[in-house]
Amino acid sequence: MKKHAVLDVAQLKTYFYLNNGQVAKAVDGVSLSISPGETVAIVGESGSGKSITALSIMKLINKPGRIVNGEIALNGKEMQALSEKQMTGIRGNDIAMIFQEPMTALNPVFTIGNQITEILRKHKKMNKKDAQAKAIHLLKTVGIPRAEEIIHEYPHQLSGGMRQRVMIAMAISCDPKLLIADEPTTALDVTIQAQILDLMLEMKEKFHMALLLITHDLGVVSEYADRVLVMYGGQIVEQAKTKELLRHTKHPYTQGLMQSLPKLDEDVDRLGTIKGMVPPAYNFPAGCRFSSRCPFVMDKCKVSNPELTEIDTDHFVRCHLYENAGDES
Amino acid sequence: MNTEQNTKNDALIHVKNVKKYFPIKGGVLKRTIGHVKAVDDVSFSINKGETLGIVGESGSGKSTLGRVMLRLLDPTEGSIHFNGIDISHLKRREIRPHRRDMQIVFQDPFASLNSKMSVAELVEEPLLVQTKLTKSERRAKAIEMIEQVGLRAKDRLKYPHEFSGGQRQRISIARALITRPKFVICDEPVSALDVSIQAQVLNLMKDLQEEFNLTYLFIAHDLSVVKHISDRIAVMYLGRIVEITNKKDLYEEPLHPYSQALLASIPIIDTGEATKAKKEKITLTGDIPSPANPPSGCSFRTRCPFAHERCKVERPELIEKEKGHFVACHLYDK
Repeated sequence: MKKHAVLDVAQLKTYFYLNNGQVAKAVDGVSLSISPGETVAIVGESGSGKSITALSIMKLINKPGRIVNGEIALNGKEMQALSEKQMTGIRGNDIAMIFQEPMTALNPVFTIGNQITEILRKHKKMNKKDAQAKAIHLLKTVGIPRAEEIIHEYPHQLSGGMRQRVMIAMAISCDPKLLIADEPTTALDVTIQAQILDLMLEMKEKFHMALLLITHDLGVVSEYADRVLVMYGGQIVEQAKTKELLRHTKHPYTQGLMQSLPKLDEDVDRLGTIKGMVPPAYNFPAGCRFSSRCPFVMDKCKVSNPELTEIDTDHFVRCHLYENAGDES
Repeated sequence: MNTEQNTKNDALIHVKNVKKYFPIKGGVLKRTIGHVKAVDDVSFSINKGETLGIVGESGSGKSTLGRVMLRLLDPTEGSIHFNGIDISHLKRREIRPHRRDMQIVFQDPFASLNSKMSVAELVEEPLLVQTKLTKSERRAKAIEMIEQVGLRAKDRLKYPHEFSGGQRQRISIARALITRPKFVICDEPVSALDVSIQAQVLNLMKDLQEEFNLTYLFIAHDLSVVKHISDRIAVMYLGRIVEITNKKDLYEEPLHPYSQALLASIPIIDTGEATKAKKEKITLTGDIPSPANPPSGCSFRTRCPFAHERCKVERPELIEKEKGHFVACHLYDK
């Protein structure tokens, strides 16, 4: 773990206790740390636990879910012990979050201006006039034209891309140290996606934030992230610097993901596939959680879950294939 | 100016100058105060056994075009020839026999399957409408189809909620193919699926195309998916085709500034080897204008980095720049 990490998560476990007595281990032993100014991406498919990891960091887990284990430290300060009231002071202030669907994240019955000034008045104790001026300034910063008029408009009057810009303006309003973006561009068109991702990077530089980017798109990861964590079955299965991970992919799951993507610059007749589907979080296979779909599955994979081990500098893999360093397969 | 010339002989479907305008009603009297020009003068044809991909962002009219081609919506103007027959003006009853030859697979397999019907019932329902087969014959055909799309015969008794997204999409495909259609429109069939599942479904669709000699119209916003499955690709912007050509040319030599920007804005995975030098990155500014009030002249000019005076006043026509490569842009029609 690095010193002075903005965010330090150790052995986070978030379980959901279902009515029928089953336990869904949505996040099961995730550790990560983010340095100031760094962009870290969590990649995974639906059900991998990537969003629940983000929500756990914000302590936004509701029943039947519960954070059962783990330490989450923001700037070296432990957050587990904080009361709900203290957390409210941190959310939106020290950590801000951007969600996938800006229409559901914005309140449809309040104006854009209302929603931005609310944060400023609450966290920064600004008066109405100052907050209004700051809101206009923020909207201009994120590239919204006619900011003076937009603050009087409602979310439905804006396009998807504009709404996501508003979300970013709200997120940066209190100079957070960490910005968590959960699939921020999945609902947007590609030409708009490029605008929004560029804007997020620009804001990250300008306000010296660290960025935790949650996505399913390896292309987005390749162009925007410094470091990547690949999640499967509630656990990190591979972790490395972006270039290293994409060029020297080690885990069979990550390899499968890369092969199943159609690529623009090459023509293949058939795509590689990962057989089967993601197992539900209440019923993972014994042993390695990927063993039910892995093309290289061995006997021991079915009984013991491998540890996340460093096989190269800063390159961690959870797979029995790499257990003996130097044992090339 | 139309793409039909070079493909006249074995065209299965032939779309000519099709327009679809939706009226905007307003005021107390609900008078028509304007039109949303969802599809605005589109012509192309698709050969037998071919896959034509249509890419475009939301609001480009690609889904409306698909629905008009199947007469799920009536065209405002223009004609659609299917297998040599003009279906654009057939009455509802007259068109029904043709429906078995034209099917559609929708995007959201959670919304498009009736949750109260079992898989077998869902898959055999089209046969009930379209054929006079007996119940046991229908069931036998359904089971055969269910196995063909990679599900197990015993799954027939289950209901849609018991399946994952990828499996539901397989049910939708079985339902579309049970009448042995010639032409299938796939409207964003994989965009709701995870990548590992998406690849499975795309492979299945390719296999089935070969097996049943299908002709596809593949609608999607994801250019890499469209490129993977299509032979030719049409790029749509605000209800019009701005470029249409084979996939190799579109990827290697896109002519229209919008196609160029669309290609450049797709994040590429840098795997180190064989990744071509990243193209000059054109990030488009601004949003897609509303199709209710499109810009004058060329509808892309408000976002085009090369827009000039002429683009404001004159709408560019689709011209054949190179053989089989059509583009609608004033940069190329001097």
